[in-house]
Amino acid sequence: MKDEARMNARSRRSGNRQSLFNIFWSNLKRDRLALFGVILLLFFVFVGVFAESLAPHGPRDRHYDAEGTIRRLEQPSWQYPFGTTDVGRDIFSQVILGTRTALTVGFLAALLVTLVGSVIGIIAGYFGGWIDTVLMRIVDFFYAIPFIPFVIVLSAILQPSMWNIILAVSLLSWRTVARIVRSQVLSIAQRPYIKAARVAGAGHLRIMARYILPNVIPLVLLEMAFMVNWAIMAEASVAFLGFGDPRVTSWGQILHINFVSGYSRLAWWWTAPPGLAIVLLLLSIFFVARSLEAVVDPRLRKR
Amino acid sequence: MLAYIVKRLLIMIVMLLLVATMIFLMFRTMPGDPTASMVDPSIPREARQALLERYGLHESLWIQYRIFMRDLVQLDFGNSYFYNRTVLRVIGDRLPATLILMLTAMLFAYTFGVLWGAWMAWNRGSRLESVGVTFSLVFRSAPTFWVGLMAIMLFSVTLGWFPAQGMRTTGYVGDSFAEVFLNHDFVRHLILPAFVAGLYFLATPLLIMRNSMLEVMSEDYIEMARAKGLRDRRVLYKHAARNALLPVVTAGALFIGAAIGGQVLIEVVFSWPGLGREIVQAVTRSDYPLAQGIFIIISALVMFMNLVADVLYALLDPRIAYR
Repeated sequence: MKDEARMNARSRRSGNRQSLFNIFWSNLKRDRLALFGVILLLFFVFVGVFAESLAPHGPRDRHYDAEGTIRRLEQPSWQYPFGTTDVGRDIFSQVILGTRTALTVGFLAALLVTLVGSVIGIIAGYFGGWIDTVLMRIVDFFYAIPFIPFVIVLSAILQPSMWNIILAVSLLSWRTVARIVRSQVLSIAQRPYIKAARVAGAGHLRIMARYILPNVIPLVLLEMAFMVNWAIMAEASVAFLGFGDPRVTSWGQILHINFVSGYSRLAWWWTAPPGLAIVLLLLSIFFVARSLEAVVDPRLRKR
Repeated sequence: MLAYIVKRLLIMIVMLLLVATMIFLMFRTMPGDPTASMVDPSIPREARQALLERYGLHESLWIQYRIFMRDLVQLDFGNSYFYNRTVLRVIGDRLPATLILMLTAMLFAYTFGVLWGAWMAWNRGSRLESVGVTFSLVFRSAPTFWVGLMAIMLFSVTLGWFPAQGMRTTGYVGDSFAEVFLNHDFVRHLILPAFVAGLYFLATPLLIMRNSMLEVMSEDYIEMARAKGLRDRRVLYKHAARNALLPVVTAGALFIGAAIGGQVLIEVVFSWPGLGREIVQAVTRSDYPLAQGIFIIISALVMFMNLVADVLYALLDPRIAYR
């Protein structure tokens, strides 16, 4: 069934270039996983946007029972759906607020990464020659740097903040996009209409922006979806290690406090929800990306 | 082939020097007192001054850089403040633990991934195939550290099958390599972290093997092998799987960089005394020489494994010519 959808997408693409969205849409109707992904993603975006109104309590509020003792490590109840932490904080509210952080970091970092990556990829692939060589050597260099250790060191040197994490993720991840876009541009630049444009007197900038960019956009979108996942995972990992922004509630931070407090061994209601939230969000984006892939042409890229 | 390896090694050395330069600049441009990255700020002033002069930290950035590079070439990473030993010795102590954990997990992931991936492609459309795909996607989306926490909760705390942390039972101090690593207690501690790391690594070989098998299976020589009347299993593993292995090896190379990141997290969760946990602690304790040294060693490790993967690729596919 999925193959059918892919074939369908491919045959339509050749006929009608404008309808990327239409292909994606018709694909959604066939591919149930993709539909599930879109609905779940919309749900997460909704929770993220309205996090402050949806969260019943502040992330740091401490709750007391009728006798005035603190509600330490309470199991899930109607009042506190995910239970409470060792100092009586509501985990449900923390998870809801963490959604916003994950989405912000994920989308901003992915945007930055794909922007830088595609610009460099297009320049390298279009001009070729020594420009290509130099840029690709730089890409090679960034491939040699281990990601998590780099982010740890960078966040130790800079002040821990959400923006620095976005910066750190972007600094190291544009290389992947640049390499993939470049290889695509290399083949596009050889096509007759590019030569025709050049003969007609179009400048480099015009050719790159008007004739090459539209052809790599589907690929870039797909790559961006993968980068969102990558950035969310990276932010969670950094926050889990304790190098995250202490002022911003995030899923990684919840798990960091959970682990450091030692209750990660007992309080399942504390450990499970943020992790499950990450799994579901990443899966939803992955399913959306997969149906984007059917639009791009499944043979284009292999991981 | 030999010339190719030599060339790659030379490129690797240049890259390493560049990575070292980057880390040098990063630590020197940090806010506050940059000399803190070389000499412990907490020791008495005179002693500190003497050390500053010894490392040339009162000199200009350029001279400092030359001293840094000269020491680096001699594998002198300075002293760790926390352990009061040379960084190289601390790294030497931690490296085997990291390598053993990582290689065990990789072995597990690649053996299972390749066999299961091949099997999945062979039985395309079966129930077990969709289970396999879903399974690997879920574990690809789950943060390793969280899977580790959940595994500890389930297998160590609730079921009591495996120890929850460390490499040996608490209180044990081993002297030699054999004493620490070659015994029953160590293996018992290794199983759970290796399993969790393996689950994280598994998706890559599994999915790539499946895709590449699907491609190989449409080739003529597979039909030929079947026409000869060979048994299914023989065609699957002898003819198809061997040729489908290539992309798995290359993707594995690119994956190693990401794998080291996962390794850091797993070491922290399981209190595994390896390089990953050490770099996190070094940064937390502001033990910058140690953090610097481990960073460079991990980069070297990533580059070296990439090289190994490329050489393996050449050995597996004789069609590839190396310049």
